Amino acid sequence: MPHSDFLTAFRAGLQDGTLPPGLTAIDPAETGQRFAVYRNNVAVGLSEALAARFPVIRRLVGEEFFAALARGFIRDDRPASPVIAEWGEGFADFLRGFAPLVAHPYMADVARLEHARGRAFHAADAMPVAPGDLAACAPDRLILGLHPSVQVLRFGHAAISVWLANQPDGPPVRDHARAETALILRDPAFQVHVVGIAEADAALIEALQQGRPLADAARCALRIDPDHSAQHILVRLMSGGAITSAQEEAP
Amino acid sequence: MSHLPARPGVGFKSKHFADIARNPGPVGFFEVHAENYMGAGGLPHAQLTALRADHPLSVHGVGLSIGGHKGLDEDHLARLKTLCDRYQPDSFSEHLAWSSHGAEYLNDLLPLPYTEQTLQIVADHVDRVQEVLGRQMLLENPATYVLFEQSTIPEPEFMASVADRTGCGLLLDVNNVFVSCANHRRDPLDYLAEFRLDLVAEIHLGGHDQEDLPSGPLLIDSHGAPVADPVWALFRDIIARTGPLPTLVEWDNDVPEWSVLAAEAARADAILRERGQSLAAQ
Amino acid sequence: MTTKTNTLALGAALTCALGAMAATPVHAQGMEKCFGVSLAGENDCAAGPGTTCAGTSKVDYQGNAWTLVPAGTCADIALPAADDGTARQGSLSELDRDIPA
Repeated sequence: MPHSDFLTAFRAGLQDGTLPPGLTAIDPAETGQRFAVYRNNVAVGLSEALAARFPVIRRLVGEEFFAALARGFIRDDRPASPVIAEWGEGFADFLRGFAPLVAHPYMADVARLEHARGRAFHAADAMPVAPGDLAACAPDRLILGLHPSVQVLRFGHAAISVWLANQPDGPPVRDHARAETALILRDPAFQVHVVGIAEADAALIEALQQGRPLADAARCALRIDPDHSAQHILVRLMSGGAITSAQEEAP
Repeated sequence: MSHLPARPGVGFKSKHFADIARNPGPVGFFEVHAENYMGAGGLPHAQLTALRADHPLSVHGVGLSIGGHKGLDEDHLARLKTLCDRYQPDSFSEHLAWSSHGAEYLNDLLPLPYTEQTLQIVADHVDRVQEVLGRQMLLENPATYVLFEQSTIPEPEFMASVADRTGCGLLLDVNNVFVSCANHRRDPLDYLAEFRLDLVAEIHLGGHDQEDLPSGPLLIDSHGAPVADPVWALFRDIIARTGPLPTLVEWDNDVPEWSVLAAEAARADAILRERGQSLAAQ
Repeated sequence: MTTKTNTLALGAALTCALGAMAATPVHAQGMEKCFGVSLAGENDCAAGPGTTCAGTSKVDYQGNAWTLVPAGTCADIALPAADDGTARQGSLSELDRDIPA
């Protein structure tokens, strides 16, 4: 039997329990129980890897439900690469379409938040800009570079509040009936922060990510909120080490 | 070539970083799983860079699927090369197992029959790894729970043949020998008598779990417990024959405090030193 | 206001913001207590928690998963007290009180 046929049969057996051809054991009657070790390792191993990437989802639904959820997800969406940390992007969409959770639509948003935290954790490194580089820059021409971990996420549900409530000493969810927007960034001590921001802040950050000058970015924010002050969010980005370059565009 | 010191090593876990910086104890090298350091940046690379600066390093792959479909995942192999180029580890090792099927990764080390056909596939894969990485690799014996009727080559002979054809070294996981032999009701000393100990460049020691089947115990390679006494005895027996070798203590599930791992490493150290002293006395 | 004065006001505000930024130290917090802070999901080469019985029962991909009701207990992780001061369990049904779907 070609090795590829053996592998295909073994792979199929992991899912449906059919013993691959030639599989045996010292007591052949126990072959099924021994094969079950591999079946279990694959299923539980992937399920636990998913739980490690989505700890708040796991906490919200409980262990037993999560195991069932993971089995459903794994059936359709196994890791495409041996780097297990890169798996799970499709989990939020899976949750959105998962019938038993139809009454809990915020779950998908929480999963997006958790996945974004994982991306921030593994994002490329970049040093914070030296404060001196900001001095005497003309805001009209100043291009601020942001750290690769910086992400803006908009949620239709209170995903940040739910996530925070499920952290140690986290505040209870108070105003949950509203959409939320998150800034996610990794600071120079490698901590990943989740910060609730205003829509105008989000517009400013996204304009900076597109490489637009600071004054342009601030105008994007003002179009959403005429009273918006850029200073607060810029200082927040600075304190998180998320401003990594400052260059003046040629006039 | 493997250039690890013939001392105890420990599998590095992120949560032990500060403890290790304070007191690495008797540990002479650290081993990491390659796939956990393939992200772009962040804490994993910061820790590994600092660890590498102070200690010899072994990179141990878990995702190449050397026993899998003909033709390795070249993208993954390229990422492995990037990692090895960056950290210049003293050793690279992988498993005699498969873990991917087509475009999906199954996250487990799965068994293969040992035949002329699979020997050629594994040898071709090891050749390719060594060609891309530009270095010798070590191939590790697996822990297995099943047998295959189509197998025609005993595992020790299969591994020796891969080494003969490719020039790779061997990584002897003593716990895997104990687990597999117990599961297949063999005497591990018979297995070791067939194993080419002269090709062994690193030893692995880990803990296992036990379940009970009607025919007797089934041991599971869980890496979630201290190294068992009979595994220590086999290790002592091996070292008496080979002399001191780089010896890794592995603990992957329910990872304990650093002090527990340091104590396991100290136990390995005592056995390695015992043998080193008896050699010196000769 | 005219567009020109708007632009001047924005320029002044941003210059002020840049000054504040230049005076802002990068604040790197210590290890945050946070579930999943290691953002694990790491590869390892051990068998999982694999047991033969768990394997045969739990690996049934069909199972009754779709009839399960989410009911986390998280008995080992204390959640903060609710607004009324009562201790909460980290269960979905408890959270439902706070989060209208």
